Amino acid sequence: MSILVLAEHHNGVLADATAHVVAAARQIGGELHVLVVGEGVAAIAEAASKLDGVGRVLVADHANYAHLLAEPTAALMAQLADDYGHVLAAASTTGKNVLPRLAALKGVGQISEIIAVQGVDTFKRPIYAGNAIATVQSEDTLKVITVRATAFDAVAATQSDDGAAIEAIDFVADNDQSTFIEEQLAESDRPELGSAKVVISGGRGMGSRENFQLLERIADKLGAAIGASRAAVDAGFAPNDMQVGQTGKIVAPELYIAVGISGAIQHLAGMKDAKVIVAINKDEDAPIFQVADYGLVADLFEALPALERQL
Amino acid sequence: MKVLVAIKRVIDYNVKIRVKSDHSDVDLTNVKMAMNPFCEIAVEEAVRLKEKGVATEVVVVTIGPKAAQEQLRTALALGADRAIHVETDLRVESLGAARALAKIVEEQQPGLVILGKQAIDTDNNQTGQMLAALTGLPQGTFASEVAVEDGRLRVTREIDGGLETLELTLPAIVTTDLRLNEPRYAKLPDIMKAKKKPLEVRTPADLGVELASRIKLLKVEPPAERQAGIKVGSVDELIDKLKNEAKVIS
Ligand SMILES: Cc1cc2nc3c(=O)[nH]c(=O)nc-3n(C[C@H](O)[C@H](O)[C@H](O)COP(=O)(O)OP(=O)(O)OC[C@H]3O[C@@H](n4cnc5c(N)ncnc54)[C@H](O)[C@@H]3O)c2cc1C
Ligand SMILES: Cc1cc2nc3c(=O)[nH]c(=O)nc-3n(C[C@H](O)[C@H](O)[C@H](O)COP(=O)(O)OP(=O)(O)OC[C@H]3O[C@@H](n4cnc5c(N)ncnc54)[C@H](O)[C@@H]3O)c2cc1C
Repeated sequence: MSILVLAEHHNGVLADATAHVVAAARQIGGELHVLVVGEGVAAIAEAASKLDGVGRVLVADHANYAHLLAEPTAALMAQLADDYGHVLAAASTTGKNVLPRLAALKGVGQISEIIAVQGVDTFKRPIYAGNAIATVQSEDTLKVITVRATAFDAVAATQSDDGAAIEAIDFVADNDQSTFIEEQLAESDRPELGSAKVVISGGRGMGSRENFQLLERIADKLGAAIGASRAAVDAGFAPNDMQVGQTGKIVAPELYIAVGISGAIQHLAGMKDAKVIVAINKDEDAPIFQVADYGLVADLFEALPALERQL
Repeated sequence: MKVLVAIKRVIDYNVKIRVKSDHSDVDLTNVKMAMNPFCEIAVEEAVRLKEKGVATEVVVVTIGPKAAQEQLRTALALGADRAIHVETDLRVESLGAARALAKIVEEQQPGLVILGKQAIDTDNNQTGQMLAALTGLPQGTFASEVAVEDGRLRVTREIDGGLETLELTLPAIVTTDLRLNEPRYAKLPDIMKAKKKPLEVRTPADLGVELASRIKLLKVEPPAERQAGIKVGSVDELIDKLKNEAKVIS
């Protein structure tokens, strides 16, 4: 049976996450199609057609699909799903919004945020904020799955010049239930939090929004993305899209620097797969030190300027 | 408008869980249980809608074992008017929970249904979206703000890139994110009063739903443990280690 992958895209660009989900799909094996849903998405389809292993790209380009609202997107995918054995998407806010709805429309279960493929129907996924790893087996004929992008290495672009065939989907799902009003997107020249090689995060210990600039200057030097703990987001020091953790973003960079973060399990759930963890905290008993490769017991207001000077 | 809130009994979020030695599941014997934090936020939002005069009645529902009535009583103490318990000792997956909830929606005809965005045990993040599909209703997931205006619902959602605002027709399904509100604590007199509020017990059979899951739990293992590393004495030493030992910066 074939596999359908829902492409993740933002601001007219195919997101890195898609190449990671394609990698997971290739481990399952079989003919692989990518579905691009949106309005004005030709360039995204073109980019998707160049991913290694993709056999065909389906494009549903229509005003009704702008912003990938759950109702029309799931209805469209329900139309297509019968031709497939698996439907995959990134465990992003888009994938998490749409795929459970699709699964229920098809009367099947959904498997969330897999981190390993054990076979065509068997997968590993974290539960309890990553404090246990479950191996689950789906007995449904259609398997609807979201994938934790950081757990799979992205596929490269194909070597051949012409990519996979691109095919337009004419089906247009009606939608009189939900209307897009507005969005406030964080604008940043920094790398995406989910795929950055270096992430520096601040917690409640940062004390204020202004103090987050101490992190920004270091991030500039390291080409890092900036993250935050929930306490820092709740206190208004950083916007919600920066939250790392069980209920925020999951990151697995080469280097993660936690500053003024205590290390609650909900925070660790989002970053403990980083290759190297550095913690800067003035409390030598802070739990973050139990997972840190390098711990520095220091006042962050002294350590950060020193770090910035010496990098 | 009647508001229906689905709540789930889960392990208390402060508890560090252990995996059973036979790797069959997580060991929940004698572990402190509580209402899922996202469900507390859902109850709070419904109660606030009632206090604002938007909601006329708040009904809470759970699907789970007898002990889950504790969490229903907590919700009643927080301000819900009545409770429905769909009693089962089965391991209920999201689709099963959503099927049972869809029956309750059909019976109760709420104008709005609020669920948590994810349960902190299975971390599935599915039930609300599935319920929306089964009832054919629109969904506003990961909500950080909701308002009823002119018979429609305005929902601000926390998305990966920032925030998104949608308008939904009612009835609608909403799932809560952390920043929707800060739940209150139940006061003692309210806890006493809650004991007298109505709690109706139902069974999956009388609702006519099949809860059996087609997703089998084969094994549960502890994650790979990270070893604690070393403490460095200064920023200089830290930079030296990162450059020369870990080789993650140049
Ligand atoms: C359902 C649920 C979901 C959650 N999801 C998440 C999530 O996704 N992500 C997340 O992060 N949290 C999450 N949390 C919250 C989590 O439990 C913690 O409350 C939160 O991570 C704490 O943030 P913090 O470490 O910044 O703050 P604190 O725990 O207050 O720690 C602040 C730290 O800063 C240090 N510090 C203070 N001043 C200085 C200084 N001058 N120099 C150096 N160090 C200093 C202190 O020693 C302390 O260790 C969730 C909680 C719940 C209940
Ligand atoms: C007695 C019993 C024992 C169980 N034991 C285990 C176990 O040992 N291991 C295991 O992995 N799973 C176990 N489960 C299964 C787990 O409870 C289901 O996965 C769950 O009911 C489905 O929801 P979710 O966690 O996927 O929800 P999510 O989709 O993550 O939850 C989102 C929201 O849906 C609503 N919701 C979810 N479930 C219910 C419910 N039951 N009632 C009312 N509202 C709900 C809540 O508002 C919640 O915030 C058990 C279930 C029961 C009843």
